[in-house]
Amino acid sequence: MLSQILYALPFLAKGFALTLWVSLLVVVLSLIAGVTLGVGLVYGPTPLRWAVRIFSDTIRGIPILVLMFFVYYGLPAIGLHLPSFWAAVLALTLFKTAQVIEYLRGAVGSIPKGQSEAAMAIGLTFRQRLTYVIFPQAFRRFLPPWINGVTDAVKGSALVSLLGITDLMQAINQVIGRTYEAMPLYILGALIYFAVNYALSLASRRLERRFAFIRE
Amino acid sequence: MGYALNFNLIWRHFDKLWGGLLLSLELAVISIAIGTVIGLVLAVWYVSAGRTVRAIIAAYVEFIRNVPLILLVYLVFYGLPTVVDLAYSAPTSFVLTLSVYSGAYLVEVFRSGLEAVPRGQLDAGKAIGLTPWQRLIHVRLPTMLRITLPALSNTFISLFKDTSIASVISVPELTFGAQWINFNTFRIVEVYLVTTAMYLVTGYILLFGLRLVERRFRAAR
Repeated sequence: MLSQILYALPFLAKGFALTLWVSLLVVVLSLIAGVTLGVGLVYGPTPLRWAVRIFSDTIRGIPILVLMFFVYYGLPAIGLHLPSFWAAVLALTLFKTAQVIEYLRGAVGSIPKGQSEAAMAIGLTFRQRLTYVIFPQAFRRFLPPWINGVTDAVKGSALVSLLGITDLMQAINQVIGRTYEAMPLYILGALIYFAVNYALSLASRRLERRFAFIRE
Repeated sequence: MGYALNFNLIWRHFDKLWGGLLLSLELAVISIAIGTVIGLVLAVWYVSAGRTVRAIIAAYVEFIRNVPLILLVYLVFYGLPTVVDLAYSAPTSFVLTLSVYSGAYLVEVFRSGLEAVPRGQLDAGKAIGLTPWQRLIHVRLPTMLRITLPALSNTFISLFKDTSIASVISVPELTFGAQWINFNTFRIVEVYLVTTAMYLVTGYILLFGLRLVERRFRAAR
């Protein structure tokens, strides 16, 4: 049993690398999209605000798996052919973007109105107000839940295995298909996911403590 | 482009989706009920226990919360029967998994609620001569419940959505029904539009119901 697992380790490592790559892509892309749309939600004109609200509430209201199948099978049906890897990344990014929007809204919303008014009073433009006054303060509130949410991206990435992409989850299933050592391999997989995510949640907790001096 | 929507085939197979939704709800309700018991018992135990018990409960919570649900579902359905002499159907296996999974999330919710109960309330209970058990039942738990209700609603709805993972072990719930129609009729966009709507409507009905419960309990404050 042990020799079989050792033999499979390089294969599992490749899957693990793909899991990390998918997670990283999703985290970075959703951060960009989520912050942009989040600013739109807080400061944008009413139609944009509504559009972002509906987007976020719809995406967060359905299972990520349904969203993934929708994107993966639905896009080719309407004539958009994405490689399955990018379809999976797109679906996971859409989901994560909705979360980032809410983190941003919460973080910006927690900054007292007076800060914005004071910045306006000294004649800062909208862009300056965001860059020098709102974001530096909101950042501290945004960071801990966001890092905590990164674990969701890593866990969510396991679903790409259902689209035939060989991430860690799929690699484990394939090794089991050949060796029939189901339990040891699932436990090994669980431990790998655990190690990554636990490290992330410890980091999030440490940051939260570091920024705990901020008062309402 | 140029995709013409045609819902006829969806309505013809709508029983797959409707029956699937009912099964999703059933899976969610049973798992959440078991998970709530696990969560309550362990949370109450945790706040009064010594170091060892705390470490064990924390290990359970951290382990489950940091592993993808899909892996746990596979582990229980394909892995566990190879090492223990158990035979169970896919739905039972999923309920088992989701119960243990929701238990871990609910321990956290209840624990933080219990720790948020003001010390003065417990002292007051002690002052009027309640036994520790009475203090738990009449003071701690009701106050904790009121504090945790919003977080509890969110966890419940999120667990309802998690039932979609049951489709990976062929439990015929809503997502599985959607996939069946997807593969058998190729009305792909239509079936996922309808499925999305069904999840959204059900989720919002649940949310609305839970908010009503929250409001009722808030009024009692």
